[in-house]
Order: sequence, then structure tokens, then C-alpha cells
Amino acid sequence: MNSTPATTAPPVDTSGNVITRLWRHEESRSVIIQIVTMVVLFALLALAARNVAINLEAIGKEFSFDFLWSTAAYDITFSPFIEYTSRDTHMRAMWVGIGNTLLVAVCGIILASILGFLMGVMRLSKNWLVSRIVYCVIEFTRNVPVLLHILLIHGVIVTTLPPPKQAIPLGEHFFISNRGFFVPAPVFEEGFWLVVMAFIAAIVAIVFFKRWAKKVQDATGKIYPVFWISLGLLVGFTGLMFLLTGMPLSWDFPVLKGFNYKGGMALRPEFLALWLALSYYTASFIAEIVRGGIISVSHGQTEAARALGLRQNRVLQLVVVPQALRVIIPPLASQYLNLTKNSSLAIAIGYMDVVATIGGISLMQTGKEMETMSIVIVIYLIFSLTISAIMNWFNRRMKLVAR
Amino acid sequence: MNDNAATPKQEHEPGTHPNWPAPILTSGPIAWMRDNLFSSPFNVILTLLALWVLWIIIPPIINWVFIEAIWSATDRKDCWAQMSEPEAGACWAFIQSRLSLFIYGFYPEAERWRVNLCFVMLILFLLPILWDKCPGRKYLLWYCIAFPFIAGWLLIGGFGLTPVPTNEFGGIMLTFIIGVTGIFFSLPIGVALALGRISNMPALSTICVIFIEFIRGVPLIALLFVASTMLNYFLPPGTTFDLLMRVLIMVTLFSAAYIAEVVRGGLQAMPRGQYEAADALGLTYWQSARLIILPQALKISIPGIVNTFIGLYKDTTLVIIIGMLDPLGIGRAALADAEWAGLAREVYLFIAVFFFLCCFGMSRYSLYLEKKLHTGH
Repeated sequence: MNSTPATTAPPVDTSGNVITRLWRHEESRSVIIQIVTMVVLFALLALAARNVAINLEAIGKEFSFDFLWSTAAYDITFSPFIEYTSRDTHMRAMWVGIGNTLLVAVCGIILASILGFLMGVMRLSKNWLVSRIVYCVIEFTRNVPVLLHILLIHGVIVTTLPPPKQAIPLGEHFFISNRGFFVPAPVFEEGFWLVVMAFIAAIVAIVFFKRWAKKVQDATGKIYPVFWISLGLLVGFTGLMFLLTGMPLSWDFPVLKGFNYKGGMALRPEFLALWLALSYYTASFIAEIVRGGIISVSHGQTEAARALGLRQNRVLQLVVVPQALRVIIPPLASQYLNLTKNSSLAIAIGYMDVVATIGGISLMQTGKEMETMSIVIVIYLIFSLTISAIMNWFNRRMKLVAR
Repeated sequence: MNDNAATPKQEHEPGTHPNWPAPILTSGPIAWMRDNLFSSPFNVILTLLALWVLWIIIPPIINWVFIEAIWSATDRKDCWAQMSEPEAGACWAFIQSRLSLFIYGFYPEAERWRVNLCFVMLILFLLPILWDKCPGRKYLLWYCIAFPFIAGWLLIGGFGLTPVPTNEFGGIMLTFIIGVTGIFFSLPIGVALALGRISNMPALSTICVIFIEFIRGVPLIALLFVASTMLNYFLPPGTTFDLLMRVLIMVTLFSAAYIAEVVRGGLQAMPRGQYEAADALGLTYWQSARLIILPQALKISIPGIVNTFIGLYKDTTLVIIIGMLDPLGIGRAALADAEWAGLAREVYLFIAVFFFLCCFGMSRYSLYLEKKLHTGH
């Protein structure tokens, strides 16, 4: 150790000019690289901005969002949340589009999760035939472009189903036709808000009950049937309020009038096609994720839980599911994101989502490519960031806490 | 189970016992069926249900696709006239009559040998990449690097060949062009982005993070619209830029961002010791990346990379929305023809099978590669 002088400074390289010497030094090299990158990047951005300014001036356009307050002058056939007519503004059309995107994304995520979990579990079935059939379905679905699925379902609904006059009835109040599926619409009467309040109150009560039950269990080891009591609270309390207020909910049934149905709720073919196709396409990916998550929990864990004397449902609830979820959630989040982004394919079948309204017809009518496209991009960035923030929060909660 | 030593009668001298087959209930087809199909009452019900579903679905499909199908006809009416009843079978004559459209798009007929040559070259391109014991692989890999450029020259023309405008490209050829270009260029760009993202230069990694997250947060459709409507504004006045080229750039950047995230996963999964060992050996940054870090990181990320490629390949269909005619676009255009209208099922099935074969092939190959490169235990 002592034979080598440990305190010798690294030999200072004095050859070459200042720049070569700076380049040889690691830290200064890193600074140089970064400065050069930033300069090049900003130069490119400035050049692009300058080009945009020149190009816009050359064709006499200006960059402004004023068009958002001018009349849109186009119809949107499907607008379940917002009243909209062609005399409304582009701004309002955009909100209709956002509503429609969110609607199909939320419905799609729910259905895709249910289907995906079902298929994932069936894929793991001990029954060889069931597992093989599901495998074939999954592989075929996920290896075919989602746009093809959407067009196919849309084509099937529009061309092979009968017109409303000969609609296929399912029960008394459900009708299937090529103009969409007609289902009863709920009509909320006076006093329904009390039922909603009761529902919310029940949820709050359940949260507190759960905390209390956990405290009791930690202190004494006594376990309450939390799930059943919660369910009872939710159903019982809400139901009681529903009866007390005199059942303030009725149904508006679809009735055939002339060539189409009046009343009720119409699930239009565009919405149905997009919803179903996105759901089963995404479900085939979720199924594989779920399967991977479940088989990632080693058999020893299940056996150990059994050895502790836990019942089967407790084994699942306390040992298998929490560990599987940890593997499942990150890729599941990205599937949800994919579904939301894929909903932009709506434009292919004329479902009026964000891209089809503001980025489609509004763009065509106003010629404001820059403005409309930046709005679309910002909206999707907000969606994506929100979903990933929610999923990150959920993921943090589920994460393994090392003690 | 049945221990022979316990049986009272000794029929065989010790050491002369013949090798009897295993009992029928523990191995063989019957035992297999008992274990996998009929192990419990619930399983029996499931099996019967599955068989019933298959019985409902499979025979009509086979009947429609093969037995009742018509392979040559002049139009839809002729097709249906040949069947036992109209629409009882598939009318593959339709696909056959439009096959050249499905393959070449509107590429001029006299120049189609160039496309065919490209298909042959594509096979030569894939050979050394997919088959690592291919003779002369070292030299062929140089050809692989040159291939996209040679193919581009052949297809577009110029330099001695008749130029073909890119809006006449279409069909399967267009799918291959976008798919191969996207895959070829997005891998190196994606790796560079991943290295940039985990580098310890804050400015560089911030740029990479913003780029990756921006691209991943926006649907490809929006980017394609950007390419088709507003990209020209960013270019110097007077320059026009081919639409196919713009689409290729967007698709490449799009999948590069996804590749970057997959590769970053691989880079982060590597033990810290590997980086430190490379430093200790005195390797420079690029040497350690090339010799130590990337070979291992890329190996871990193969499944993710191939999945991204499959996604890219399927996403090539989105170009129909900005008016390009890939097989799906050709199919929809063909359906508008009055002579053949109403044969949507045939068209969609044909295209679905085409994409399925390509994508399923890719995923199977990735599984094979994973198994081959697996050096752990």
C-alpha cells in the first residue's frame, strides 16, 4: 500500500489547445455536450417557429384560437351529455367530443377489464379444452389490427342486422337493429337525489366501518365479515331510501314510431362498434397480463397460506391476489392508456370523439391545422397523464412495503 | 401403485420381470382425458359446454370458408348463383380478382417487377437476421443495412428507373414498406433515446424524457394528422415533402419512443455491478455500451421489443385514415364497387388472416429467440 504514493493527482494533460484539454476532462466534456445539444435544439425550434410564421403569412393565416367561439355549423348525432346543435360553437363541439371520448374510454375500460380477467382465469383453467379455446381466441384477437376489428363490428351491425321495423326484440323492451340497440332509459324523478345521497353516505359508512374493523382485528384478532356487512350497508341503506322516497325512478321505454324508435336510449352502431371492438381487443391483452400475474405467485405462497390454516377465499384474498396485483397493475395501466388512445380510431366509423370533432370537421371547416391539432394533442396528453397518475398512486399503495 | 413384491404369487424370477406398460389410468390418452377434461363434475360440464360451443361455431365456418366457397366468378351475382343458396359460402373469386390490387396497390403494371424484386430482396434481408447459422451471414448483414435504401430506390425510381409517385403505392406492399422502415429505423433511435434518458447529463435526459412521454401520450392518429396537415408549416417555405415520407418519419418516431421505454426497462434491470465492472475495465462509455451493457439489456428486452414491432405492424393500417391505401383501404375501396358490394366478410377475413400470419409469426419467433438466448437456469 505504502509503496505507491496514493495522493498523486492525476497527471495533468497539458498537450493540445484549451478545447482538446476540456474535451478530455469528463465533467467539462459532459457540459460541452449538453450545451451543444441545447443550442442545436433551440436553433431547430427557432427555425421551425420562423418557418411557421413565414408559411402562415404567405397564405394569409394567423395563429389564433378565436375560431373556437365561432359557429361550428355541423351536426353531431351522438351527444349524450351536452345539448348541442349545429348553431353552437366549435368550443362546444370540442366538449361534446371530449365527453364522447371519455364515455367510450370509461365503458371500454370497464368491459375490457371484466372480459380480460375472465379470459385470463379461463386460460389458466385445468380444463385443457377451455384453456385451448381461450388461447386461440386471444391469439387471433390480439394479432389482428384493432382498426379491422372496429370496421368489422361496425359492418356487421350496419349490414347484417335488420332495420328498426323488423328489429330483433330481446324481452319486451330491448331491441336490436342496424340503427343501434334500443334500451330503456332511466328517468330520475324528484327526490332521487336523496337516494344518491344515501348511496354516498353508505360508502362513507363502509370506509369508517372498515377502519374500525381493522383496528378491532389488530387489537383482539376478532374478524368481522367486512365484505358482507359492507354489501348489506350499501344495498340496504340505498334500497331503504329508495322505498322511503316512493321509488323516484321510472323507465322510458323505446317504442317503434314510423321507421325508427322513439324514447328510450339508443346505443348507436358507431358507439357500439367502437366500444365492443376496443373492449375485446384490449381484453385479449389484459387476459395475458392477468395470467402472467397469477402464475407469478409461487405455489409455495399458496401452500404456506394453507399451512397457516386460512380458508380458500382467505388465501386468495390475503395472499394470492395482493401479490398478483403487484405484477398486474403496471402493464394494466398501460393497456388502459392504449385503449383510451385507440378510441381515437372512432373517426374511421364516424363516432364523434375529440379527433373527429375538433381535429376532424372543425379543422376542415376553419383550416386551422396548427390550432386544432395542438388542442387535440394537449387533450390527449392530459388524459394520459391523468390515467398514469391514478395508476401510479394505486401502484404505490399496492407496492411491497419492505420492513 | 401395485407393488409387485406384495402380490402373493411370484410369477417371475427376480430380474426377469417383463416391462409392462403403465396402467391405463395413469398414462396414455384415457388417463390424459381424465386428468384434463373430466377431473371433476364441474370440469365435465365445462368440457361438454366447450364441445357444444365448438360444434356450433366450427362446422358453419368451415362450410362457409371452404366447402361452399366459390373460387372463380365474374361478379357477386355469378358467385351466388353457383352456390346452393346465395351467401351460403365465401366468394373468394372477389379477392382473386382484386389480388394484384391487394398486393401492389396502384403501382404501374409495367413496373411491378421492381416490387417483386423487392419482395425477393426482403426475404434475403430477413434470412441472415432471423437465421444465425446462415452461410455468409457476416457479409449478408452489410447487405441488410443497405437493403432499405436499395429497396427505396427501386420502388420510387429515379437514377435510371422510371419514377413512380408514392401515392400509387398501396396494398400489402405499403404495409411492408411502413412496417420494415419503422422497425429498421426505430430500433437504433429507440436505443439512443433510452441511453439518453438514463444518462447522467441532465439536459440530455430531460430532452429524451419530454420527447418519449410526449409521443407516448398522444395517439398515432393525431401524429399522422400532424404529418398530413401541419408538418409542412415547419419546413422552409417552398419545400414540399412527400406524404409517405412524412408518415414514415412519424411512425418511426412513434415506435422509437415505445422501444426506448422497453430498452430502458432492460437497462435498469441490469445489475449495477455490470456498469461498474465495465468502468473498472477502463472502457469508454461507447465501448462499455457496445460490449457489455447493450448486449445484455437488449437480450432482456426482446419480448417487449418484438411486441412493439407487432404493434407498429398492426398500426400501419391507420394510414387509411389519412387517405393511403393499405390492404384495408384497398378492401374498403373494392367494397364500394357495385359489382362486388356486400362481400365485406370475405375482405375483412382475408386481411385479418394476412395480419394474423405476420404478427403471430413474429411473436412465435420472439418466443424461440428468448428460449435460445436464455442462459440462466
